[in-house]
Amino acid sequence: MNPLLSAEEVSVRYGSLTALAGVDLSIHEGQRHALIGPNGAGKTTLLDVIGGATKPQRGTVRFAGRDISRLGPAARARRGINRIHQRPAVFPTLTATENVVVAALPRVVPRRRWWSGGRRRTAQHRAGPLLERMGLADVAAVPAGHLAHGQRRQLEIAMALAGSPRLLLLDEPAAGLSANEVGRLVDLLRALPRAIAVLLVEHRLDLVYALSDTVTVLRDGQTLAAGTPDEIRTSPLVRQAYADGVA
Amino acid sequence: MRDEVIRRARGAVAALVLAGLVVAPWVVDDYTTAILARTLALALVGVSVALLTGVAGMPTLGQTAPYAAGAYACVVVGSRISDVGVVQLAVAAGAGAVLAALTVPLVVHARGVIVLMITLAIGELVVTILGRWRSVTGGTDGLAGMPAVRPFWGLPPLASDQARYLYTLVVVATLVGAALLLLRTRAGLLLRAGRDDETRLRASGHRVPLHVSGAHIAAGAIAGGAGSLLVVAQQYISPADFGFDTSALLLLGVVIGGTASIGGALVGAALVIAVRDWLFGVLPGHAPLVLGALFVATVYLLPSGVNRARVRLRASSAAPSHPQAPPARDAATVPELRA
Repeated sequence: MNPLLSAEEVSVRYGSLTALAGVDLSIHEGQRHALIGPNGAGKTTLLDVIGGATKPQRGTVRFAGRDISRLGPAARARRGINRIHQRPAVFPTLTATENVVVAALPRVVPRRRWWSGGRRRTAQHRAGPLLERMGLADVAAVPAGHLAHGQRRQLEIAMALAGSPRLLLLDEPAAGLSANEVGRLVDLLRALPRAIAVLLVEHRLDLVYALSDTVTVLRDGQTLAAGTPDEIRTSPLVRQAYADGVA
Repeated sequence: MRDEVIRRARGAVAALVLAGLVVAPWVVDDYTTAILARTLALALVGVSVALLTGVAGMPTLGQTAPYAAGAYACVVVGSRISDVGVVQLAVAAGAGAVLAALTVPLVVHARGVIVLMITLAIGELVVTILGRWRSVTGGTDGLAGMPAVRPFWGLPPLASDQARYLYTLVVVATLVGAALLLLRTRAGLLLRAGRDDETRLRASGHRVPLHVSGAHIAAGAIAGGAGSLLVVAQQYISPADFGFDTSALLLLGVVIGGTASIGGALVGAALVIAVRDWLFGVLPGHAPLVLGALFVATVYLLPSGVNRARVRLRASSAAPSHPQAPPARDAATVPELRA
């Protein structure tokens, strides 16, 4: 079976610094894959390359069989690649509902005529249940800038899901969350529809092992190891890398 | 409940102001009525400035360009083709929109102060062209002697200051209503989202340049329409009506009224123009200095404008406090990543 996403020989340099050096990665439909590694390993850079925020100097990114290397973030989002950022990226002056509506609009097929506000109404119908599922129904009419950090994180997940993603890029989703909020986050991510593939970047290995089917370990912009969570947990190579104090 | 009361109170104030504007020509003299009509036209340009500056997040000093294009197009049509107001209005709005569309490539990818500089240059360029293209614009002498406008086919021409004022008021109210409706649509929502976080909007799959271009063209059409009203109200136009001082005054008015509020921008722009005209009589030669000081004071004391400051005060008395996001954790602090 062809992978949903494949990144081949991806290299990114910032001046004299090599962020990624010929990294390969492939993710299948519905697969939950995690990227781990010490700071500066290239995890977020690889996420940027896949999301379209960074153009690689070398290598290609294919999604659903098409080369998307030259597409920007907007075009990739319309194809079904959505991202959750390390710091929740929401529209602060828009209400929670409006945030979800904005995120839903590009992938909404209108049920009504355009003059009756078809796409927006359809998006609005999608927003209600999503906010409910994220536990944000009570704050649906509150501007996102007034929400607490954890609520903004939940809102961002709702926004990502509103875009009907086929691949969800999660960049340290647990960053800055309390223990309770992390527990809720894990529940939410576990409850994601199985059809959605997930690429997770996370420092907390307990979360990584709880949420992912497969793991890739990056170090100095190169793939150090790849396998199932059990294989990674017991890999002497990975243990050695962290024992060397790289982390 | 509280929001409902505030909304109703705002509606009542707006209705009172509108009623006051409707009866104004029966209360004040003809000269003041003519000044009011001209002020309304300028306030409508202020609305277009607010649409770009406050809603789309593109501060502009160049809305006098489509304003001028609309005014001169109106004069050409009025003198040679039709004396019907709605025709002139449509042509003027079209001229403003076309000029805005032509300048889209210059502004669509720029932001902040860069847009301000580019739009300032566009405005100045248009004024220069108006001053030199004598065969069409009359040069710096301007154009006068247009036939009186009839609002619609079959209606009598607007022969008095009162009639011209009421025509201007109806058009301004209609266009402001249209702008407010636009902001309630999907396009308005996306513009506000883009003002908040353009990168996030792009990451959601939206074509941001398309929305910004649409806002720029719509604002150009509104300013162009205002140009036709200036012709009706003033019955004379020259490049001096579209100079930098007009741009700066409009931006000042919009800042005072609150850039994110169409109503606030309308009131702010009208207020500033009225103050300028009043100061011309009270402090001859010093009006620009006073307005400059007012501009600095407003930006310093009320960076979001009077309207937003009022909203902020209300919010601070009602909103609960929210915890700040803690900093992201560093890998070294996570025990699992250490041996």
